[in-house]
Amino acid sequence: MGESSGRSSAETIEFRDVTKQYPGGSEPAVDGLSLEVPAGEICVLVGPSGCGKTTAMRMVNRMIDMTSGDILLGGRSVRDRKPEELRREIGYVIQQIGLFPHRTIADNISTVPSLLGWSKARMSERADELLELVGLPREMRDRYPSQLSGGQRQRVGVARALAVDPPVMLMDEPFGAIDPINRERLQNEFLRLQAELRKTIVFVTHDIDEAIKMGDRIAVMQVGGKLAQFAPPAELLMAPASPFVEDFVGADRALKRLALQRVRDIDLWTVATCRTGEPTAGVRERTAEADLDIALLVDEHQRPVGWLSERGLTGERIRSELRSPADPVVDLDDILRDALSDLLASESMYGPVVGAQGEVVGVLSMQVISQAVGSAPSEVPGATELAASEHVNGAGDATGPDEE
Amino acid sequence: MSAALVIAQSGGFVRERGGDASCVANDGFCPTWIADNLDRYWTPLLEHLYLVVVSVGIGFAIAFSLGLLAHRQRWLIAPLTGVTSALYTIPSIAMFFLLQPLLGRGNAPAIVGLAIYTQVIIFRNVITGLANVPGEMVDAASGMGMTKNQRLFRVEVPLAVPEILAGLRIAVATTVGLAAFAAFAGAGGLGQKLIVASLITFKSNVVVAGGMVTLLAAALDLAVLGFQRLLTPWRRAVAA
Repeated sequence: MGESSGRSSAETIEFRDVTKQYPGGSEPAVDGLSLEVPAGEICVLVGPSGCGKTTAMRMVNRMIDMTSGDILLGGRSVRDRKPEELRREIGYVIQQIGLFPHRTIADNISTVPSLLGWSKARMSERADELLELVGLPREMRDRYPSQLSGGQRQRVGVARALAVDPPVMLMDEPFGAIDPINRERLQNEFLRLQAELRKTIVFVTHDIDEAIKMGDRIAVMQVGGKLAQFAPPAELLMAPASPFVEDFVGADRALKRLALQRVRDIDLWTVATCRTGEPTAGVRERTAEADLDIALLVDEHQRPVGWLSERGLTGERIRSELRSPADPVVDLDDILRDALSDLLASESMYGPVVGAQGEVVGVLSMQVISQAVGSAPSEVPGATELAASEHVNGAGDATGPDEE
Repeated sequence: MSAALVIAQSGGFVRERGGDASCVANDGFCPTWIADNLDRYWTPLLEHLYLVVVSVGIGFAIAFSLGLLAHRQRWLIAPLTGVTSALYTIPSIAMFFLLQPLLGRGNAPAIVGLAIYTQVIIFRNVITGLANVPGEMVDAASGMGMTKNQRLFRVEVPLAVPEILAGLRIAVATTVGLAAFAAFAGAGGLGQKLIVASLITFKSNVVVAGGMVTLLAAALDLAVLGFQRLLTPWRRAVAA
């Protein structure tokens, strides 16, 4: 099968002092852009309209030719390549998706393979493979784009870009035309796919939240085509390099950081657990040693039942009626932002954290969260790592056939 | 002078055979005469069809090629539109006489003249059809590595087919009508039965010849429409 089933290795993308000056333009569209995207990472170009992010992306596959500087793919200059041949090796996804309405889904997916002269059988086999990869039923292959929903078309667009397993992909606002609910879902799906495929991706968006979610690294650009900051999401949020970046990432950047971490990533408080009928003496002792000065009543499977009231510790033995509800119960795999939201919704300062079997593993408190917001950026995982852990834990969004 | 000559040729054809004699003598509408003489119209009908198919075929080949060329070389659009429009304004009878010194009498000047009239219609539809292909299709095609020619023939032309064939339908209908005047160039066709003085006053003849022209136009229109449906299955695909 060769390259149709094997994975070509990702390549680094290096911008070296790239400038694009349109004739007659007063200032360059892209001004001396230098950055390196490590192989297998998503680099998001983000910024307000007119900042040159799309121009920068389109210079990679020479849809726009640069005025000066160079772009290297895997160490090789794009200037030395014939544009058509170069483009066939680079996956390309645009906002309007641009599926060809006169071609079936399978034919759309086979666009680049047919340009490369693959055999019919091989193209057909690859199309089936890709439909499965992006979670679409095989019956879709003979439909036309007009028969698909927006989300399905977007998946076909991704499948088409992946057809010849290119080491590099360019994505220009790929989720821009999708409604917010499906966008969230498609973003998650794409991150899971990327955790598996590990392509080197240049991703353009104007939405800082999408940038933070999708990017392993984010290049914030400002009008005039200048790079304002190039950093992993957490660092961007922790230490904006300029007032422009600070303004662009938004006043809620501390809250945004919470979306980058899961409960399992931070140090939780310890808590004393106890069961009904247990002598109170031992519980008092354990409570004194724990971070939280209240004991948690659990059932025989260590699942939380309720917080023991102060009066509950005064008697001889633990009595189950002397408790208040243990809301909210936080999952170890929850994103910190969601966990915080649960705490706020329950008007609670802390909540028990449970593992996969529902067993108590610690306590998440407001204090723990505020410490996490202040933690060093290196402790915060990147987007694909986050997605990969989600994949492993099977805690992600549903990948059902479709919506709309 | 040739016009006078053609009109002067009076066919003995009208009163030769069949029909209600008094009705025919009054140049009336005589169903019995029509029934008896219908066979005399098949040859002119086929000649007419031949003129239309050949001239539209040649005209389409030229106008389509010019359209593709002008799509690539944008500066050609204005002059080509100007020239084809100017040619379209030449009165048809004049056109058929003007071509005779060059091409003699017969089918040749008729076909050339008719092909000239199709140019502006087909050329404009090819140009607008290609121009109306959505920008993101062109961008996606180029971005995936199609050459200009691959993009043209795999994406742009197929997507412009509805508009191109809409032009072809108008060209066919126009040519079926204009081909009736091809008799002035000495060509055959139903026009022969319509421009002869003694025939044009005979209602039965006008109804049959004129009706056949109309029916031919309708039949050819349906044929092109069927061809278009064959070429564009994707336009009929409905959301599942």
